[in-house]
Amino acid sequence: MEAIAFYLFAFLTIVMFTYTVMSNQALYALSSMAAGMIMISAFFFMLNADFLGVVQIIVYTGAVMALYAFGMMFFDTTREVKENNSPKIVVLTLSALAAVLVVAIVSMPLMAEHITAAFPEPAGVVNPKAVGIVLFTKYLVPFEVAAVMLLVAMIAGIVLAGKKMDRSLTQMKDEEIAMMKQQDAERKVTL
Amino acid sequence: MDTAFIIETLVKIVVVLLVFSALAGFGTYFERKVLAFMQRRLGPMHVGPYGLLQIAADGIKLFTKEDIVPAGVVGPIFKIAPVITAATAFMAAAAIPFLPEFTIFGYTVHPIIADVNIGILYILGVMAIGLYGPLLGGMASNNKWSLISAARGAAIFISYEVVTGLSLLVPLMIVGSLSLLDFNEYQAANGWMAFAHPMGFVSFILFWIAAFAETGRTPFHLVANDHEIIDGFGTEYSGMRWGLFFIGEYANMFFISFVMAIIFLGGYGDGTVMGALGLLLKVAFFFFFFLWTRAAWPDVRPDQLMWLCWKVLMPLAVVNVVITGIVMMF
Repeated sequence: MEAIAFYLFAFLTIVMFTYTVMSNQALYALSSMAAGMIMISAFFFMLNADFLGVVQIIVYTGAVMALYAFGMMFFDTTREVKENNSPKIVVLTLSALAAVLVVAIVSMPLMAEHITAAFPEPAGVVNPKAVGIVLFTKYLVPFEVAAVMLLVAMIAGIVLAGKKMDRSLTQMKDEEIAMMKQQDAERKVTL
Repeated sequence: MDTAFIIETLVKIVVVLLVFSALAGFGTYFERKVLAFMQRRLGPMHVGPYGLLQIAADGIKLFTKEDIVPAGVVGPIFKIAPVITAATAFMAAAAIPFLPEFTIFGYTVHPIIADVNIGILYILGVMAIGLYGPLLGGMASNNKWSLISAARGAAIFISYEVVTGLSLLVPLMIVGSLSLLDFNEYQAANGWMAFAHPMGFVSFILFWIAAFAETGRTPFHLVANDHEIIDGFGTEYSGMRWGLFFIGEYANMFFISFVMAIIFLGGYGDGTVMGALGLLLKVAFFFFFFLWTRAAWPDVRPDQLMWLCWKVLMPLAVVNVVITGIVMMF
């Protein structure tokens, strides 16, 4: 039962992500990526990591949603995108190397027997609680650093995007908007 | 896994699918009647007694209409978008306990398809995927109204999802579990979440507001605002594909009503027949409230929705979480 599910979802995930890379239609690429991300969550569910599985779904629906928004801004999503493909030999070599690397990393616990889980699942604790215990004891510092990094990124984003944030175009009168446009034109912004 | 379990689960899935597809149909009838009475009209009256057979007439119309896929659309995405909306709405129902467990012919039935220990997160996650339907439909339609609708869908999504998550944190912290059954048991022992704790009440109101954005109902009905962008993402759809969007929307309304009733208003309580009736009454009230607001309130603009979610509701929700944490510590 488990083996069937694993191979089914493995096949589907690989097909989806291959499509993401190969397709030159923005909408196909994004949708197949969203589907692939959701299918990855199946592996978490199969490993009884329910919490991580659902987090995978929630986080990536939001993340891919942002990508859709970019797609909407930069492309006509109903048309094909012209791509500059790099030489095939480079692509093939790099992807083969990456695949070997991933296999090596993932199969390490199988090969080397003295590698054991530093934090085995505490007994009698439900999945979200177990994640919480590990996150807030052993991995507290990386967790906090990640939070600070996100905060920095957020503030940077606000600073970059937040010119004229104290004004709202929808709440201004037409004359005010016209005046603002004129002032901007007079200022002659040079980048 | 024994055979009885598999058969029971399959039966439950079929029952939930049938009941809520039918209810989605009845939902349109209720909506038209409620809106009509609030505007001093009669609503559908001609087909059957009090227009009750109007649902059948609408169903026949939707099913037999020609299925048009316009030229210039992105075919596969255009076709799959309505399915996403409807399918995810019903998938979310898997973790909702619709009734207390009961015994029939000596066999105990648990009216929940899968009691996963992350129930509420699963429901929210899958419902969030449901917003991909309008988004993909809008982007694939090759129509400017649809594209605007898709952009609004993305904007709504990033606004309400934060509020939903943060407002749910408070009951999660108080109960200490993610399973809806545990929520129900906790409230059966300690009183309704919305009224037993002041923080619970605040998060109830926040979640309720976010639920309107989640289901895309007036006042946050921006993705398909008839007077601005025709039918938004649904402009290019016809027949059953459009009907699937509709079924998804109404099923979502019912399921989110169940979720609110179970998390904040005590669910089915002690599990007696009265408790079960109480749950259905609460769900009916929430559903009626969705229709009531549609009759009573205008739609807000997209920027007003984002202002409301990010500048009002999210800080409130964060403060609420912090206060709950402090109260629970001491």
